[in-house]
Amino acid sequence: MKRIYVKEEWCLGCHLCEYNCAFANSGMTDMVKALRGKTIYPRIQVEQDENGVTYAVSCRHCKDPVCVKSCIAGALSKKDGVIEIDHDKCVGCQTCVLVCPYGAVVEDGSGAAQKCELCLKNSCGAPACVKGCPNGAIVYEERGEAE
Amino acid sequence: MKRYVIIGNGVAAAGCIEGIRSADAEGSITVISAENHPVYCRPLISYYLEKKTDLQRMNYRTESFYADHGVTVLYGKTAEQIDAEARQITLNTGESLPYDALCCCTGSSPFVPPMTGLDTVEKKFSFITIDDTLALEQAVTPDSRVLIIGAGLIGLKCAEGLHGRVQSITVCDLAPRVLSSILDDKCAAMMQKHLEANGISFVLGTSAKEFKGNSAVMQNGETVDFDVLVLAVGVRANTALVKNAGGEAGRGITVDVACRTSLPDVYAAGDCTEYHDISSDSVKVMALMPNAYMQGHTAGVNMAGGEAVFSNAIPMNSIGFFGLHCHTAGSQPEGCEMIEEADDTHIRRLFVKDDRLTGFMLIGHMHRTGIYTALIRNQTPLSSVDFARLRIGPQLAAMGAAYRDKVLKGAV
Repeated sequence: MKRIYVKEEWCLGCHLCEYNCAFANSGMTDMVKALRGKTIYPRIQVEQDENGVTYAVSCRHCKDPVCVKSCIAGALSKKDGVIEIDHDKCVGCQTCVLVCPYGAVVEDGSGAAQKCELCLKNSCGAPACVKGCPNGAIVYEERGEAE
Repeated sequence: MKRYVIIGNGVAAAGCIEGIRSADAEGSITVISAENHPVYCRPLISYYLEKKTDLQRMNYRTESFYADHGVTVLYGKTAEQIDAEARQITLNTGESLPYDALCCCTGSSPFVPPMTGLDTVEKKFSFITIDDTLALEQAVTPDSRVLIIGAGLIGLKCAEGLHGRVQSITVCDLAPRVLSSILDDKCAAMMQKHLEANGISFVLGTSAKEFKGNSAVMQNGETVDFDVLVLAVGVRANTALVKNAGGEAGRGITVDVACRTSLPDVYAAGDCTEYHDISSDSVKVMALMPNAYMQGHTAGVNMAGGEAVFSNAIPMNSIGFFGLHCHTAGSQPEGCEMIEEADDTHIRRLFVKDDRLTGFMLIGHMHRTGIYTALIRNQTPLSSVDFARLRIGPQLAAMGAAYRDKVLKGAV
């Protein structure tokens, strides 16, 4: 399946992916109105290592997802390779935050958990972080074994 | 065609069903369910009282789960006996059920220590099942004074759930602190302060000596008047079925990393078991929902002839009250070093021994804590990562470029 991968040699550390992510999942049509003056809760996180190398981390859509197995509300599931969260069932216990080895499941600002769903459930239809990256440092493609 | 039987219908059973079906699409699966409910999420009962969820959304799986997985559920029945030699179980109805592979997902039962006069209390409840919860909900009114015996995970989640629906809530515990099974004194004090600020009262370090109708006389002489009593002292693993059949059990049913019991073709998973905690290198009952699922799934795969192990089990808990969250994982072995960072709003305590992170307690800041949990689970040598960065906060940057290449540039 197609997943999000990073090319850290191209990452500028500009954090635009975080803003594009928050906007894509805001349900609004105007980026300024959606984000201005607000604390954003992106599903992708830019990190920097000790050598100044930057890269973005988002859900790996693991083959054996520990978040799905650990969810106490049955809110996380894997469909066609994509790990989804049912916002309606999530009670905000944060067990998924406790178990994700990549720190890719995060709090959504309202107490519930959220994670990258590859923008398949919002109006973008394909990852907004990839589309909006000014330097092609995030890609959405097939790699590794097919599932 | 193989015949699979699962005793119990909780999350471990659901994991077992999914594990079996990942390896065998054909065999018959029969589930013995004492409760008249499809599999639901037990820890959500407090969220139900809080009205953050409802009975429909508490279902762990979709309505068609059993049909989709070719499972027959026998509701309202219990297993009375396992005959490991004849490979069959006897039900409370007298029926016997043959199996080729059996999984015991019998869970645990509330433990009520002997307390004088408990039978004089009219409204008393456990807080484990949906039925307990519905009965408790029926019993409380906005004028109720509730006394909860037990300041552990169950008792305090019950307190949070009832908050706003009753006049007052008092929680007592023999332990001198709240959440004594997962928090140390300092972390517990922070949580207690927050709970008290939200109107929960505590009587700690003492227990109810005697009940006289609607009064509890504590061992320290204090009297607490109440209208509704919740007993949340603790739970005990349901081991009897396996034990009586000659299987090994300590405080829980003994299982290995493949979730096999000592009886042939009998597996066990979930709160009824005791198993190896890699963070403390000891065997314990770790009655946790994530582990229950993982054990159940592991058992299921093995029952169906596949090969699976759950070999990195650790205790871990994510729990929050009135907006203040707490994450704990692993253990604090003797002689471990504690690395602390704390202020008025949060505490982070990391426990390190022999170049490994063995455990942590975090209150307040939860962002990306799974990175810490993975260090415990993988028993990552801390000398191989940038631990100074991890002390600032969980981040993949501390794990090195090679690890990043693996997890961010390839499928994991």
